[in-house]
Amino acid sequence: MLLRAVDHPSSSQSRDRFKSHRIADGRYAEGVLTLSTELQLELIAHCIRSLPEEGCGLLIGEYETGLVARVAPAENVAHSAMIYTVDPKAFLAADREASKDGLDVIGVFHSHTHTEAFPSPTDVAQAPDPGWHYVLVSLRDTHPVLRSYRIANGTITEEPVRPG
Amino acid sequence: MPVSIRIPTVLRPQTGGAASVSYDGSTIGEVLNALVADHPGLAGQVFSGDGQLHKFVNIYVNDDDVRYTGGLDTPVKDQDEVSILPAVAGGAN
Repeated sequence: MLLRAVDHPSSSQSRDRFKSHRIADGRYAEGVLTLSTELQLELIAHCIRSLPEEGCGLLIGEYETGLVARVAPAENVAHSAMIYTVDPKAFLAADREASKDGLDVIGVFHSHTHTEAFPSPTDVAQAPDPGWHYVLVSLRDTHPVLRSYRIANGTITEEPVRPG
Repeated sequence: MPVSIRIPTVLRPQTGGAASVSYDGSTIGEVLNALVADHPGLAGQVFSGDGQLHKFVNIYVNDDDVRYTGGLDTPVKDQDEVSILPAVAGGAN
């Protein structure tokens, strides 16, 4: 049942709703996040372990293609059920590790413990990079729900999540 | 003496796509000002209006956040690694 919930965003029915997403200057890849089922479960597990606080972490992979190679769970130094702040030291470590392999930090994930998997006004206002992927995990219901978005210039665009 | 600066993805359009650049300086303030002089588009991302570090960016010299080591006066030396990292935060609220 958990896997079915994880796979929700890439079901054929929902995929039809997505259109390729490209920023005007063409610098960004099409709006698809490639995130293996194993990595989806890893980041969801981190979010569950972080309850009752929001869980968070970074996505390491290929900036141009949206392929996630690994996830880097991080401490939520806000220690809150309502907001998150990725431990800056964890970001530094993830960035260094990524650069060794020619990769980058290409996005962030965090959980919403009591609301849906959709970016909040806070998420939009504080989104650090229009080229990043913003993965939301909702733990509101019995089954976790994972979805991914691009956030550029205050505009939210959902993107499909492909297991690979 | 040259100090390398790791540029985050969000700021690379301002450095022509370069992920790493090098500048001379004896303090982090000197190095960052040299960086901004070459890439003026970075000024508003790195510095606030009063010339201090922007509150939504974290600057590291090696493993140390410069906010705790003297701010812009933090000394740097040859081969030090500077990282510019955006603050990553949000939440359901």
